[in-house]
Amino acid sequence: MQKAESIKQKVMPSGDTFASSCNACKQCTPLGACIAFKGLEGVLPMLHGSQGCATYIRRYLISHFREPVDIASSNFSEETTIFGGNKNFNTGIDNIIKQYHPRVIAIASTCLSETIGEDVQRLIFEYQETHNTMPDLPVMIFASTPSYQGTHSEGFHEAVFAAVKTLAEASGPVGDHINLFSNMISPEDIRHLKEIVEDFSIPVVLFPDYSDTLDNTSWDSYRRIPDGGTTVDELKKSALAYASVELGYILNSGGMNGRIKDNGTKQSAGEYLKSKFDVPLVRTGLPVGILESDKFFNALSSISGKAIPMKYQRQRGRLVDLYVDGHKYVSDKRAVIYGEEDLVVALAAFAAEIGIKPVLCASGGESGKLAGTLREVLGKNYYEDMVVGQGMSFERMEEVMQELKPDLMIGNSKGYYIARKMDIPIVRTGFPIHDRLGAQHTHVLGYEGTMILFEQIVNTLLEDKQRKSPVGYKYM
Amino acid sequence: MAEYLEGRENQIVTKGIDSHELVGGKPSVAGSVSQRACVFCGSRVVLYPIADALHLVHGPIGCASYTWDIRGALSSGPELHRSSFSTDLREKNIVFGGQDKLYQALHELIDKHHPKAAFVYSTCIVGVIGDDVQSVCKRVQKEKNIPVVAVMAEGFQGSKKDGYKIACDALFSLVGTDESMDVSPLSINILGDFNLAGELWMLEEYYKKMGIQILAPITGDGRVKKIQNAHRAALNVVQCSGSMIHLAKQMKEKYGIPFIKVSYFGIEDMSDALYEVAKFFKDDSVMDKARELVKDQLTTLIPALEPYKRALQGKKAAIYVGGAFKAISLVKALRLIGMKTVIAGTQTGNTEDYRLLKTICDDGCIMVDDSNPVELSEFVKQTGADLFIGGVKERPIAYKLGIGFCDHNHERKLALAGYDGMLNFAKEVYETVTSPVWQFVNRSTPFDNE
Ligand code: SF4
Ligand code: SF4
Repeated sequence: MQKAESIKQKVMPSGDTFASSCNACKQCTPLGACIAFKGLEGVLPMLHGSQGCATYIRRYLISHFREPVDIASSNFSEETTIFGGNKNFNTGIDNIIKQYHPRVIAIASTCLSETIGEDVQRLIFEYQETHNTMPDLPVMIFASTPSYQGTHSEGFHEAVFAAVKTLAEASGPVGDHINLFSNMISPEDIRHLKEIVEDFSIPVVLFPDYSDTLDNTSWDSYRRIPDGGTTVDELKKSALAYASVELGYILNSGGMNGRIKDNGTKQSAGEYLKSKFDVPLVRTGLPVGILESDKFFNALSSISGKAIPMKYQRQRGRLVDLYVDGHKYVSDKRAVIYGEEDLVVALAAFAAEIGIKPVLCASGGESGKLAGTLREVLGKNYYEDMVVGQGMSFERMEEVMQELKPDLMIGNSKGYYIARKMDIPIVRTGFPIHDRLGAQHTHVLGYEGTMILFEQIVNTLLEDKQRKSPVGYKYM
Repeated sequence: MAEYLEGRENQIVTKGIDSHELVGGKPSVAGSVSQRACVFCGSRVVLYPIADALHLVHGPIGCASYTWDIRGALSSGPELHRSSFSTDLREKNIVFGGQDKLYQALHELIDKHHPKAAFVYSTCIVGVIGDDVQSVCKRVQKEKNIPVVAVMAEGFQGSKKDGYKIACDALFSLVGTDESMDVSPLSINILGDFNLAGELWMLEEYYKKMGIQILAPITGDGRVKKIQNAHRAALNVVQCSGSMIHLAKQMKEKYGIPFIKVSYFGIEDMSDALYEVAKFFKDDSVMDKARELVKDQLTTLIPALEPYKRALQGKKAAIYVGGAFKAISLVKALRLIGMKTVIAGTQTGNTEDYRLLKTICDDGCIMVDDSNPVELSEFVKQTGADLFIGGVKERPIAYKLGIGFCDHNHERKLALAGYDGMLNFAKEVYETVTSPVWQFVNRSTPFDNE
């Protein structure tokens, strides 16, 4: 155990002891906000800042989702930077309305606009004041997302919170619906969640729902704003839900990355609805694997008072059967798991329940809660040697991996160069996946998604073994 | 089309219909979904391929994260350029300044990677918090005894094109600081080829056959030392003039090195590039070798292109790329395989470039500066294009509209320069346009118009 200790010593200090980062395992906050905003119906996101941020973020998202991702920018110039973005903001909104006719304009700040102290909330208010006679004035939502205060994951949750906070209103009796805050998952997984709640016959406000907007059909003319998304009306009534279910243990909680003052205002959407409107909150993790999926299905069952539909009981049964078929090939394998913190927790819980040891769990996020959450969720499957790295870059992951010599990597495609260098296989899931087709269709949630993930992992290991074996084999 | 954004009227011209001049070089309007990037992006693109230098992005994580190894620029040796280094500024740095962090980061990274030089890119926020990047660079340069170059590339200063100039200044500060390499009298520098998919190596082959030494490739497969020696070459051959002309001019002024502008895309332009260089050296044997090389290449290439040309005859293409010279070469290359260009646009062309572009476009071709998805998709509909040539951000526009797409930007993995590149290009265009998948998409313009 001496060795593991020494590795831990090296890894555990947060990014602070290093002045620089190499090959970050995170993207910036407004990127996450844009993904979440795309889950609103009739939305056009705008970044308040200079042009490059919007262009880079669009490019990044397009490569992952393989869909058009239109994000406007208020295009700060040198002058704007000095004298403030008021004028650019107003022209920006004017031009967006003219060209896109959106129902919602969702604005995220960037490092630049935050640093020069733009009061976007006020800019919105003033715009609305001066345009209050305009028919169809779009709803405006603002998320404060300077990148030096978190990762894309925090930006995502900040945007979810901002949308709910802006729109939720308690006007009327409690409805028969629940809110489902789905976390940063693939469009395919969003569709699967919708299918599940539908099969429970629970009316649901699922947010954010970019299952269509970021994974659409072929068109015959360009849709400036693609169909789909959670509607403004739905979000309005989120305050009247009889419960909220939030997927993820960490979300945007925890000490934000490098923050100097934590003003305690960070709330998730579910927490906000609970504190403001008394909507009961149930939190489960991302349902990957049997144990974590059970929690989610049980939660739905107890909330709705209905039994888990036979369809899912059978899926669970088939998944158990599959685990049995495949357990030998994964058992005692040592995996590196990386990505957004909540995804890391979910994948680690799944890996541990099938006998794969997560030897390194790494994230660019720095909530301060990763290790504790893993310990809690993995329970008896948690083992002390596991290296948990927060605020980690790929370069540091590689250093640790050189010592740990894992068999497998599970995470986004940015780990590929390490996998290639170390000649170990990688199972791609999460965000971003830029070097494969089908990122938008990765499916890991629920018993069904787990089945697909499990098969991928087993087959990847088999492929690797066949490739490295001197003779190859035809039966297993 | 009914709705250009206000202020963009003179950035769109239909040849043969509109009489006004296409004006380039204007800043994008607020609220537009421009396909353009920032100053930082421009400087990063140009300097990126210098493989034995450290490229450190000073700012919050995004700017570095989004530029991590996204270019296809290959190196024949070190690969330091493929990592993404950032000072990853946090709130406390924003408040108290990031200078110390930058200083420490440089020390840490230089000790670890032993680069031959370091480039420090300052991003928007660094410009705002007022870090004195230049003085930190100077100090580290002295302490570490390698060039440490401040690239003052705050994104808000303009657009991508302005970043090119800043990169050229950074390069120019290296040029002339070493004299240790052997230099042939028949030597050239290649400016503005970024060795995407190994294209530079193809050019090197060609020039080698002509007996010409490439002293410094700037910046594809770039090395610090070669750039430091670059002032001793006889000629600068500038391919991507949009990005590199500034450096060529500076080198001419200070070191008296003449330059020529060339393009390596398409048969005509590639051959001209070789002939021009041969002409410059006024050496018959070089010219003979150039002729022979071109003849050799064409005897195999022309017949190989024939089947593609037959299949593609009369098909229509839309072009939206970074620079105007690329657009011009593409119009010619497409013509060579039977295709007609119906939309020709760029992110960074200037008024002069567009004048030139206009001379080679056919009537009815829509020419556009700094466009956006809404316009581009309208134009595609209007012209019934069968193919779109652009970068990653244009791809989904084409695909959503059910037409083929070819990548022609910094991220591509397919060599398109030179004679082999022309064949690759024809083949890719052919495979794209004639794929059977288009039968399943709804296009209001019929696919086959022969
Ligand atoms: S605009 Fe500024 S902050 Fe944005 S990517 Fe460019 S340099 Fe970075
Ligand atoms: S300036 Fe901030 S918001 Fe813009 S790309 Fe860089 S990190 Fe992201």
